[in-house]
Amino acid sequence: MSAVTWSPTKSGQRYADVPEAEKRALFEEVKSDPRYPDFLYGCYECGICVSACPSARFYDFSPRVIAQALAREDVDRFYEILMEDIWNCAQCFSCVRCPRGNNPGGLVTLMREVAVRHGLERAQQALQGYSRVIYKIMLKGNQVSPDMLQPDFFPDWGPWVREFSRNMAAWRKAIPVDTLRNVTDAAWRTDDKTLRELYRIWFETGNMEVIREVDEGLYELLVEIMEEELEAGS
Amino acid sequence: MSEQMIPLTEIREKKARGVRPSPEEAPHPDLREELFELEARGELIVQRVPEPYVEVTTKFGRTKKVPIDHLWHHKSCGQCGHIPGYTTSILWLNRQFGIDYLDPTDQTSCTGWNYYASATSNAVAQLLVMCRNFAAAYETGYYPLIHCGTSYGHYKELREQLVHHKELRDQVRRVLDKLGKPLVVPEEIVHYSEWVHVMRHRIAERQVIDMRGITACVHPACHYYKIVAEDAIYDPDIYGGQRTATVTALLQALGITVADYSTWFDCCGFGFRHILVQRDFTRSFAVLRKIEVMKDEANPDMTVTHDTGCVTTLDKSQFAARAHQRRVGVPVLADSQVAALAMGAHPFRVLQLHWHSTDWRPLLEKLGIDWQKYWAEFEEDLAAIERGEKPGLTWEDAEQPIAMR
Ligand code: SF4
Ligand code: SF4
Repeated sequence: MSAVTWSPTKSGQRYADVPEAEKRALFEEVKSDPRYPDFLYGCYECGICVSACPSARFYDFSPRVIAQALAREDVDRFYEILMEDIWNCAQCFSCVRCPRGNNPGGLVTLMREVAVRHGLERAQQALQGYSRVIYKIMLKGNQVSPDMLQPDFFPDWGPWVREFSRNMAAWRKAIPVDTLRNVTDAAWRTDDKTLRELYRIWFETGNMEVIREVDEGLYELLVEIMEEELEAGS
Repeated sequence: MSEQMIPLTEIREKKARGVRPSPEEAPHPDLREELFELEARGELIVQRVPEPYVEVTTKFGRTKKVPIDHLWHHKSCGQCGHIPGYTTSILWLNRQFGIDYLDPTDQTSCTGWNYYASATSNAVAQLLVMCRNFAAAYETGYYPLIHCGTSYGHYKELREQLVHHKELRDQVRRVLDKLGKPLVVPEEIVHYSEWVHVMRHRIAERQVIDMRGITACVHPACHYYKIVAEDAIYDPDIYGGQRTATVTALLQALGITVADYSTWFDCCGFGFRHILVQRDFTRSFAVLRKIEVMKDEANPDMTVTHDTGCVTTLDKSQFAARAHQRRVGVPVLADSQVAALAMGAHPFRVLQLHWHSTDWRPLLEKLGIDWQKYWAEFEEDLAAIERGEKPGLTWEDAEQPIAMR
């Protein structure tokens, strides 16, 4: 994929070589989500969402254009947004102050889900640096853990990170909360039974298949550990 | 001035009256009524808010019950692992008031961070994580108190989906059956800052640190009041009822001056995936749109918020900005930490301030707290742990307020 960024002034013809039917099918998948009618009612083009949107300030990104493109069923624009914009959204939902009742951030979530479900190359790229968080959440039920705070990963957080990683073991013991004390590979202590219930949820809801689409290696790793745990607990 | 213009006095008078909306004006029907209807049809169980509770007013004038006791502490996504004083302070407050609480191990995070950051989950999986946690709380008889702004907002969003989409409910029930868990939804989804809010006068009664010389800016967490906006606490006496009252009302009750700044509505810049893999966005937003604006317009001694992600973002983003001569240097605390500090909680054993990177020392000095003394105590704790004399800090070590020793 080229590194060219999408612009609201573009014509919507940047992916002219992609068959219309392919774009339409992806759009229909977003549209058929049961949440879609709760997230989009139409658009006044008032721009209120844009004025509240942090990503609109720092990227070439517009929640208004997303609502517009979807409301008009402009599948060319939709496809551009799917390929180039969705990962810039900060999911802050400031845009829900929309007077029309739209939820552009929610529409982005649905589009991200479709991008991931189809293993679109752009989604895989966007999530490349994110796999350790996915690994953590799937296995531990926490997104981040103290042992992820390493100076090479967070150099811009200052010498504090080095100080912390050096003292992590002692600092974590010096927390009076029972479930937090001395836990470093998760945010708090979770029962094995609870984690096994979580694993069953991931399998039962097709979530493991979602992971397979975005990162096959990660999927193999997770499945092996989870299946072993489930067997041990049964 | 043209004759058509509204006189300033009239505008001022209108503003002074504040906003007093009625429940009938709310854009969405009361979800609780729909929940009770589903319960009557045998589709799910509604966990009732236990007594004692306090009734508060939400954005469109509905009342919401906030429980005071019998709380099941639903911890955060792991971000509370990076600023543990957030959680420690909440539980310390519970203990100071003799509240019966549970710090469960049968809990996962809401996994909402993963969902918002990467979409490597789906609506049914998210609903099931929520319902499994709610069932775990229900089985203990304690009521869930949600520590994180995102978990709280996400659960409200999911609760709405659960109520409005039968096909999702059916899918959720099918998997819960396999796990041997009931489908339970709490009558109210309650954020910990709402608990702090209803406790604020009791907290102020036991205040031992004079905070009247302090000025604070408040950052209201997006996922607290933007997702399902109707469920956040509002008060006509706070910002004329136009912004959420949580955090601000606590600070005022403690005698702190709350200073306004123009970008209060902006998010902190967390962005879920951005804070981990696109931190240039997070840093720029946190510094340029929040910290510098606060500094220029209010020059506060601290900024106070009520979400683990917001504390982390605003706190950690300030370091690199210093190299660019940006106007930074505002300590960032959670409301639970400020409340605990006011009641004399130990700055390190309870507030765990050593996990914060923006310099908090000037704030403690302004409050007349000899932080060197308490840091020396804490270093002795750490040394005793290192020597193997004690396995770790316990509540016994942390319980006593500093001013009472
Ligand atoms: S949720 Fe996304 S689109 Fe909406 S305001 Fe936030 S960054 Fe912008
Ligand atoms: S606020 Fe709503 S109606 Fe206005 S431009 Fe944005 S999506 Fe359209």
